[in-house]
Amino acid sequence: MTPGTFTKVAFDPFESVPEEPGAAKSDPIMTIDVVTRRFGGLLAVSVDHLEIQRGVITALIGPNGAGKTTLFNVLTGFDQANSGTWTFEDQYLNGEVSHAVARRGVVRTFQLTKALARMSVIDNMKLGATKQVGENFFRSFMRPVWRDQERQIETRADELLERFNLARMRDTFAGELSGGQRKLLEMARALMVQPKLIMLDEPMAGVNPALAETIIGHVAELRDEGLTVLFVEHDMDVVRTISDWVVVMSEGQIIAEGRHASIVANPLVIDAYLGAHHVTPLDRKEQERQLAEAEAAIVSEEAGHESE
Amino acid sequence: MDWGQIITQTLQSAVGREAVVWALLAIGLNVHFGYTGLLNFGQVGFMAVGAYGMAISVTEFGWSVWVGILVGLGGAALLALLLGIPTLRLRADYLAIVTIAAAEIFRRVMAVPNFKEVTGGADGLSAFAGGFYDVNPIPDGNYGFGPWRYDGREAWQLLVGWGVVLLAVLVTYLLMRSPWGRVVRAIREDEDAARSLGKNVYGYKLQSLLVGGLIGALGGMMFALWQSALNPGAYAPGATFLAYTALILGGAARIWGPVVGSAILWGVLRFADVALRQAIDAGYVSDSVMTPSQVGSVRFILMGALLALLVIFRPQGIFGDPREIALEPR
Repeated sequence: MTPGTFTKVAFDPFESVPEEPGAAKSDPIMTIDVVTRRFGGLLAVSVDHLEIQRGVITALIGPNGAGKTTLFNVLTGFDQANSGTWTFEDQYLNGEVSHAVARRGVVRTFQLTKALARMSVIDNMKLGATKQVGENFFRSFMRPVWRDQERQIETRADELLERFNLARMRDTFAGELSGGQRKLLEMARALMVQPKLIMLDEPMAGVNPALAETIIGHVAELRDEGLTVLFVEHDMDVVRTISDWVVVMSEGQIIAEGRHASIVANPLVIDAYLGAHHVTPLDRKEQERQLAEAEAAIVSEEAGHESE
Repeated sequence: MDWGQIITQTLQSAVGREAVVWALLAIGLNVHFGYTGLLNFGQVGFMAVGAYGMAISVTEFGWSVWVGILVGLGGAALLALLLGIPTLRLRADYLAIVTIAAAEIFRRVMAVPNFKEVTGGADGLSAFAGGFYDVNPIPDGNYGFGPWRYDGREAWQLLVGWGVVLLAVLVTYLLMRSPWGRVVRAIREDEDAARSLGKNVYGYKLQSLLVGGLIGALGGMMFALWQSALNPGAYAPGATFLAYTALILGGAARIWGPVVGSAILWGVLRFADVALRQAIDAGYVSDSVMTPSQVGSVRFILMGALLALLVIFRPQGIFGDPREIALEPR
C-alpha cells in the first residue's frame, strides 16, 4: 500500500482549513458540539467541536480507549450522550433513536461484525433496503402489494453482491462466511440503506492484508461515488492510503485534526500514542528482560556486599 | 398386551384435542421464540386470558360466545401490550421473567375466593360453551375412518380446532415469507444490526408478541370450549413448557414444526400411558416398580428423556436445518 494508490478528490476541500482541533470545514455534512458521555467517573467522550466534511474520507484514529467507538455509538443513537448537540445536513440528529438515525441517511457498521448468521447472504442484503412496503404488518400478507418492490430490491442487492465479490455466496448462510467476507457483507448491506454518511468502525480489523486492500478499494469507491465516509482505524498505513482528513482522539477529546502528513508529525499525537507521560504497557518479553535485569542487579549487589 | 389398542389410541391422541391446543400454543411460541427470538415463558398466560375473557363475557355479561371470543382476543392483545411495552426495550431475559410471573399472577388472581362471583374462584367456570355447540351443523352419528371415529360433537370440535390451526399456520407462513418476517428474523439474529439498518426493533417485537399471544389465546379458548368448563389449575406454568417441548420436537422457525411436534408429543404421551398400563395389567411390571396411578407421571419422565435424546442427537428438531444449529450465536 503506497500513498496515492487511490486518487484523491479533484479539488482540495481542505485548502483553507486550519489543521487544528475543531477546525471549520468548507461544507460540513455533520457538525458536533460539546458532546459528552460519562461512564461513572470516566469521561469517555468530551468533544467540543467537530465538523465532518462532505464527500471525503475522514479517518478517526486514537489509542485504545480514546472513545472513538463511544462517539460512534452516541452519534448513531446506540448510546445516549450526557450533553451536546449534533446536526446532520443542518438538521439536529441528537435525540434520535438508532433506527431513525439510519433512516436519515447515517448508517454505521460495527467493530465486531454483525452478520445475521442464520439468514442467507441475499436476505441480509435485502433487509437493508428502506421504505419497504412489505415490512408493514398488514401489507405483508398481500404479496402483490410488495412483490415488485421486492424484485427491485433483489436486483439492487445482487448488483452490490457482485461488486463486493459475494455473488457466489448469495444463498449460503451469512454465518458460514469468513471473517473478511462478513466485513464485506456488512459494508454492502449498509449500502442497501442508501446512506449519505457511512460510519465504519474498524472495517479492516482482523482481515488478511489482501482482503484489507480490497476493502480499502471499496471505501475509496464509495467516496468517489459521492458518499461521505467516517471510519475508525488503527492501522496507520491504511489511514495514510485512503483518508483525506484525519481526526485524532485521545482520552475522549479531539487532540488533533489535519492531513495525514501533519498528524504523524504532531507531537501531541505521538505523545498520545507512545505515551511520553505514561508508562507503556510491557509485553511478556520486555517484562522478562526487565525482571532478569533486576535479578542481575540484586545478584551483583549481593556479590558486592560479600566482597566488602 | 393389546398392541392394536395401543396404536389406535396413540393415533387418536396425535390428532386429538390436546394436540390441537398445544399446536396453537406452540405456533404462537414459534412466532415469539422461533422467528423473533423473544423468550416468552408465559404462553399459558395468553391461553388463560383468552379462555377467561371468553367465558366471563358469557357467564357474567350474558354475551354470545362469539363476542366472548373477541373479548378473549382483546384481553390477550392487552396482555401482550402490558408485558411488552415495559420489557421489550430491555434485555431478552426480562421478558422471560415478566411473562412467567404475569401468567402465574393471572391464574392465582382468578383462583382467589374474593372474585368468586365473576371468576368462579378455584372451581372455575362452566356453562359458557353452549353457543359453540348450538351452531354445530354436523348431525349426531359416527364419522371418520380407521382409528379415528368421532360422534357429531367431537367431529365439530376437531373440525373447528384443526381449521384454526391451519389458519394460524397460514398466518405465520404469509408473515414469515414477507419482508416483515425478514425483519423479525433479523431481530432474532442481532437486533443492533437491524437497528443500524433503520428497522424499528421495538415496534416489531411488540407486533410479534401480539401475533403469537393471540394465537396462544385461541388455543386457550379451544381448550375451554371443548371441556365446556375452565379451571384455573389447568393454566399452571407446565403448559408453557409442554408447548416449548412441542416446538423443539418439531423444529423451531419451521412453519409445520410446532404442529407436528404437538402431534408427536401427545401421541408419545398417550402411547406411554396405554403401554405402561397394559404392561402393569399383564404383570410385566411389578407393583413394587410402578403402580397404575403412577403412570401419569412416569410418562412425562419418559417424555423428558425423549426430549433429552432429541436435543443430543437431533437438536434442530424434526424439520430443522442442522446447519442453523451449527451457526447458533455464541
